[in-house]
Amino acid sequence: MHKQTLAELSRALSSGAISSVALTEHFLARIQKYDPLLNSLITTTAEQALSQAKMADERRKQGKATALTGIPIVHKDLFCTQGVRTSCASKMLDNFISPYESTVTQKLADAGMVMLGKTNMDEFAMGSTSETSFYGPTKNPWDLEHVPGGSSGGSAAAVAARLAPIATGSDTGGSIRQPASLCGITGLKPTYGRISRFGMIAFASSLDQGGPMAQTAEDAALLLEGMAGFDPKDSTSADLPVPRYSDTLNHDLKGLRIGLPREFFAEGLDAGVASLIQAAVKELEKLGASVKEVTLPSTSLAVPAYYVIAPAEASSNLSRFDGVRFGYRCAQPKDLEDLYKRSRGEGFGAEVKRRIMIGTYALSAGYYDAYYLQAQKVRRLIRQDYDNAFHEVDVLIGPTTPSTGFRLGESARDPLAMYLSDIYTIGVNLAGLPAMSLPAGFINGLPVGLQLIGPHFSEAKLLNIGHQYQTVTDWHRQQPAQFA
Amino acid sequence: MEWETVIGLEVHVQLSTRSKIFSGSDTTFGAEPNTQASLIDLGMPGTLPVLNAEAITKAVRFGLGIQAEIGHTSVFDRKNYFYPDLPKGYQISQFSRPIVGKGSLEISLEDGRKKTIGITRAHLEEDAGKSLHEDFRGMTGIDLNRAGTPLLEIVSEPEIRSAEEAVAYLKTLHSIIRYLDISDGNMAEGSMRCDVNISLRPRGQEAFGTRAEIKNVNSFRFVEKAIQHEMERQADLLESGGKVVQETRLYDANKNETRSMRSKEEANDYRYFPDPDLLPVVLTSEFIEQVRATLPELPTQKIQRFQAEYGLSEYDARILAASRDLADYFESVTEHSGAGPKVSANWVSGDLLGALNKADLDIKQSPISALQLAALLKRIHDNTISGKIAKQIFEILWAEGGEVDAIIEAKGLKQETDTGAIEAIVDQIIQGNPDQVAQYLAADENKRKKLIGFFVGQIMKASKGKANPQIVNDLLGAKLGG
Repeated sequence: MHKQTLAELSRALSSGAISSVALTEHFLARIQKYDPLLNSLITTTAEQALSQAKMADERRKQGKATALTGIPIVHKDLFCTQGVRTSCASKMLDNFISPYESTVTQKLADAGMVMLGKTNMDEFAMGSTSETSFYGPTKNPWDLEHVPGGSSGGSAAAVAARLAPIATGSDTGGSIRQPASLCGITGLKPTYGRISRFGMIAFASSLDQGGPMAQTAEDAALLLEGMAGFDPKDSTSADLPVPRYSDTLNHDLKGLRIGLPREFFAEGLDAGVASLIQAAVKELEKLGASVKEVTLPSTSLAVPAYYVIAPAEASSNLSRFDGVRFGYRCAQPKDLEDLYKRSRGEGFGAEVKRRIMIGTYALSAGYYDAYYLQAQKVRRLIRQDYDNAFHEVDVLIGPTTPSTGFRLGESARDPLAMYLSDIYTIGVNLAGLPAMSLPAGFINGLPVGLQLIGPHFSEAKLLNIGHQYQTVTDWHRQQPAQFA
Repeated sequence: MEWETVIGLEVHVQLSTRSKIFSGSDTTFGAEPNTQASLIDLGMPGTLPVLNAEAITKAVRFGLGIQAEIGHTSVFDRKNYFYPDLPKGYQISQFSRPIVGKGSLEISLEDGRKKTIGITRAHLEEDAGKSLHEDFRGMTGIDLNRAGTPLLEIVSEPEIRSAEEAVAYLKTLHSIIRYLDISDGNMAEGSMRCDVNISLRPRGQEAFGTRAEIKNVNSFRFVEKAIQHEMERQADLLESGGKVVQETRLYDANKNETRSMRSKEEANDYRYFPDPDLLPVVLTSEFIEQVRATLPELPTQKIQRFQAEYGLSEYDARILAASRDLADYFESVTEHSGAGPKVSANWVSGDLLGALNKADLDIKQSPISALQLAALLKRIHDNTISGKIAKQIFEILWAEGGEVDAIIEAKGLKQETDTGAIEAIVDQIIQGNPDQVAQYLAADENKRKKLIGFFVGQIMKASKGKANPQIVNDLLGAKLGG
């Protein structure tokens, strides 16, 4: 069963070939067997999953099933789930049982999906390797010595190892696309505002966006249909109708204009990755697309601007973790200041503290203009670059990451190298655009991802291209042998 | 040295919206701790603010009420600091782009002088919760019911020069807020709170002295006393060669003194930046005009109209226009009594307000309705009763209620206008007091005016106050001659 995509499982469920209970039991067994190798899950919710599965089967009998009903899923552990620990992979929230449900997980539960558990991640989504987790690092199913990427590394590893057919993730600077690329799965970061952020614990509010992490573009389309939509509880969510993404997957690509950003193929890109991306572009040309080079001149400014804006917002977003109302509280505080200092000092990990300090500094009196305001100006330039490019082409294509990623422990020695590896993904968040990573081959047994970037609210087009690409390639069908 | 006091006021007004500024929680005062605090008010991870449109409308009403510029685009910022009653670790406020820009307020002083005080800005923000220091045996409790209540912070220019001006400014502001129905303005419950910035400078000097800020002064009287105390403290300090330290001070009403809370060095760097969870608030001219169309007549306009339309003195007009309810009451009495605006003004500002003040009631709690008072004045006007009897009936209405005509009927208070009946009493009094008659006849014009009062009094007494005074006067004049 685990060798099938969500779309295939959905058909099997509706034909009666399998039941949701059987499916759920199968995946729970796989989690039990394989997750100790991967550490992709922080919390498994077996009991709740089985009862949801029974309800889903019941619902199907009543003829009220949707494409998602009865399908197991794992959620990144920053989506609040009522009655279940929601930890953000932090000691700070190790004891936090959410009293409410996020909009995204509520919508998926309402559609009849079955939650198997909550996935590991970088602490508070800060990192690109899933190593900063309080619960220990997640491993890459393709090579247990390698990181799965991050911050949604647990979700990516779980889907790649088929411990769940599909997962949710969130993307602030590449946190869906980069682990999707490193784990050989399909991950979509939607347009900012497409999916409600209510109940998704904030890292950087103006950049955070939830999205699907799936085996295929088709699966991502089906899950996005369930996740997307206006939410009155999120002032930044877009009040626009949600297209039926799965209806337009088979549109042909004749006349599609693809742009290759010059800056994405410059120095720093691994030659092996470059040739796999070129090969993928060839496939798309065969499907009727035309290709031209475009330029995103401000690309080199994206990482520095991001590392001002994201930490600035994070430093404020994470102020609520003060030991007063919820989360970790230090033992025997002497006074208020001691309570704050030790609760936060002991509750947050090193990377989180580093970013809080960077952000606090960037917002401080006397530095605000030089850092935060300047970064906001750069942000407008980057957005302008993309707008200009989309006057010439329909989508941009490039690599998701410069290489196949770090070995475990490597990035901790050089955080700056980790920050710089997000160069192709970060601009998209600053511009609020949708982008997707698709499996495009392997180097030394490690997956390589292809990134598609489109204009605002062009998810249907990206998914259409991704699906067409996956009808002529089978990279997305590869599974790590150890988890077959 | 002669010192000039420079005062600027920051007034926080709780807006009377049904729910909080960024959540759906109720805002009623005095509920059990934390029963009106939602997940959003608690700052739960993952929760997001959603702006309450009613708060925007009320802020715009205020802006239009003080002829201020309205910000077509205003922005919510985060003011970052740690405090246990601040659940998110930041307060959502407005920093660089407030909803209300420059405006002004005209105040009237005791000596009849008028002064215009500039208002720098007014911005929206959320209130914090409360720390409870009692009942927790050395620990502190937090009540987040108030957290997220909408506040409008109104900042004046440093153009106030005395405690009297400060109080006049606050009273005028209070009156406008009540007129606009944007807050209950209840200072005891903290719906209107005042921070006072105060400094001294040698008279004639342009540059401001170093200021101290006195936080959270919660009554007009305390504002007056706190300013007086702080003026003296600073003057003493400066005259003895000392320096005023820029700091935040607290006014202790029990000891009538201010004392230091924290100095500038200890002040927070609030690290303001635009709240990424909220979009800029964009107000169209149409929206602003729609709000303008719903504005009531404001105190200044009403005072002018009362003078022009009813011929009232400015003093009376000011008293009657002090609140919208009182002004409405007065106008209702005037309309229904037909006794003329001056008569109703006298009764409302005299007898009624006197009784209300004595009983510590406001006009809305008056035991006598405007229609009852109008009915009473109507009967004076048509000579059914005398003014003196009217005061008796007023007492009855106050204490027992009832209908004016029924009371007159039941108690037989109707004025005697039968000339024959009054004449009989007049004759009886003249006959019964020959000495006084003789005195009267011997007196000159001036003395007679005084002496006639004796006869009127006796006659009124004999008629139990019911004889029509005009007829009594006419008859006395005719009978005593002269």
